[in-house]
Amino acid sequence: MNAPLSAADAAPSEEKLVFFPRADGSRVPYAVFSSQEIYELEQERIYRGPTWNFLGLECEIPKQGDYKSTFVGDTPVVVTRTDDGELACWVNRCSHRGAMVCRNARGNASSHACVYHQWSFDQRGNLLGVPFRRGQKHMSGMPKDFDPKCHSLRQLKVESYRGLIFATFSDDAPMLPDYLGAEMRPWIDRIFHKPIEFLGCTRQYSQSNWKLYFENVKDPYHASMLHLFHTTFNIFRVGMAARSIPDARHGLHSIITVTKNEEDTADAYKQQGIRSMDDGFQLEDDSVLGHVKEYDELTTNHIQPIFPQLVIQQIHNTLVARQLLPKGPDNFELIFHFFGYTDDTPALRELRLKQANLVGPAGYISMEDTEATELVQKGTRRDPAACSVIEMARDNPEQQDTVITESLIRRFWAGYQKLMGL
Amino acid sequence: MDTMERMALWFELHSLQERYVSVLDNDRLEEWPALFTEDCEYGIIPKENADMGLPVGIMWCNNQRMLRDRVVSLRNANIFEAHTYRHMTSGLDITPVDADTVEMKANYVVVQTRANGESQVYQAGRYEDRVVRTAEGWRYQKKRVIYDTSRVQTLLATPV
Repeated sequence: MNAPLSAADAAPSEEKLVFFPRADGSRVPYAVFSSQEIYELEQERIYRGPTWNFLGLECEIPKQGDYKSTFVGDTPVVVTRTDDGELACWVNRCSHRGAMVCRNARGNASSHACVYHQWSFDQRGNLLGVPFRRGQKHMSGMPKDFDPKCHSLRQLKVESYRGLIFATFSDDAPMLPDYLGAEMRPWIDRIFHKPIEFLGCTRQYSQSNWKLYFENVKDPYHASMLHLFHTTFNIFRVGMAARSIPDARHGLHSIITVTKNEEDTADAYKQQGIRSMDDGFQLEDDSVLGHVKEYDELTTNHIQPIFPQLVIQQIHNTLVARQLLPKGPDNFELIFHFFGYTDDTPALRELRLKQANLVGPAGYISMEDTEATELVQKGTRRDPAACSVIEMARDNPEQQDTVITESLIRRFWAGYQKLMGL
Repeated sequence: MDTMERMALWFELHSLQERYVSVLDNDRLEEWPALFTEDCEYGIIPKENADMGLPVGIMWCNNQRMLRDRVVSLRNANIFEAHTYRHMTSGLDITPVDADTVEMKANYVVVQTRANGESQVYQAGRYEDRVVRTAEGWRYQKKRVIYDTSRVQTLLATPV
């Protein structure tokens, strides 16, 4: 199925939960950031709808029996590597009385037993055994019509693309490569062109709605305004060669790249009187800004959200798959999965670890993002019908070689409305 | 080392830790790098990575200049909500390596107060340090901050 993502079952007569005054995504009612009803609908239409949700990296669970607990939306799931080397994923809820089966974040197991009554399941989530199923002595067991095959854990479809693991609840989701799409695949291929090695996770929790983070990673306009570290050290300036490319079908995925050139654009900032740091400021140790060329062009920033719960990031030589998880309308968790390549030299590996200082919860050029999304959450809560104004470059919607644009955000909201039936 | 010498050493190292906490909790960040040696290593890493032997953390500096850079960036470039920390430490355990080198461990809890006046436990964890005797007194050659509170609330600006 290659149809654009849309809500198939939205009843036409159904009253809409929220009103978007414009179809082009340039006005977004604040209700979408705090409404519990919208949040519930998102769980149904997005996370359990025809989307592929990022779970982790294959290299996190390389061995037979390895598993990892994570989420699709706010549904707890476990992804496992089965004994035949395949991937499986199941909802982490016992088919008996609903307890969480797997209580560990990570591990290795040939089977999984619920602690409550020790119902056990295989690595694919199929029911293996029920204690006292046939009773004992005069005590009867399960009824004769109890069929274990009907009581497996709820299983999701799992596929991987170049070592990135995705799962879907829906039979209507397209094949994963089609879901990723023609505009996004070459950029994923660029980063995942050779074997990678997992270097660890860091986790950040924000008191704001998950879509505010999605807006943030589709917003090249803020990058040189909010993140002064960027501007000051010539990592990201408006004068750099840029791309802002949406998925052509629905706009929910996108890619922003910024590529270094020699032209110094500091003057443009001075002329406009934009807040930036003193020119005299220099790092005593600028190795954190080193950049070893690894790809065909010297791209300093590659920020690629794959809807709904992945952002692929390359900033200089730091490589991260960020998993974005909603935690109710007012909170999200961001899990940075750092990786390198298996053939990294020791020097390149050290550079990657040093550049982990740039991103993550304490990142020189990322710590402000959650600060900004929390400011929006606080600012918008009281007035659900009032709207964001998203106008930058609206007269030039096809332009892609720019960072002074909000076109990716508008495309995102237009795609969101369609998928949600709003 | 006799008991009195050991007590005196513990007291000296406890004083170093108290000074460390004091500069962070009382907005004297510019004094923080000087508590380390020039070739120091400082890292803040989640316990889940430390337990698995994975290297990534949220801050990693491998010399004193990087610590000063962090302070200058916090003072001049980064944007975050005003906040204060109060560190509580316990369980300081020292293991002398040689006459001028000691390995030490301690637990910490950081209570953070943000602009709205609410205080909350921001982070719990442990320090694993290596300190050396210098002309200026004991200094951290290595400080590894291993935090249990795996989710960082909003962001981490001030070092722990």
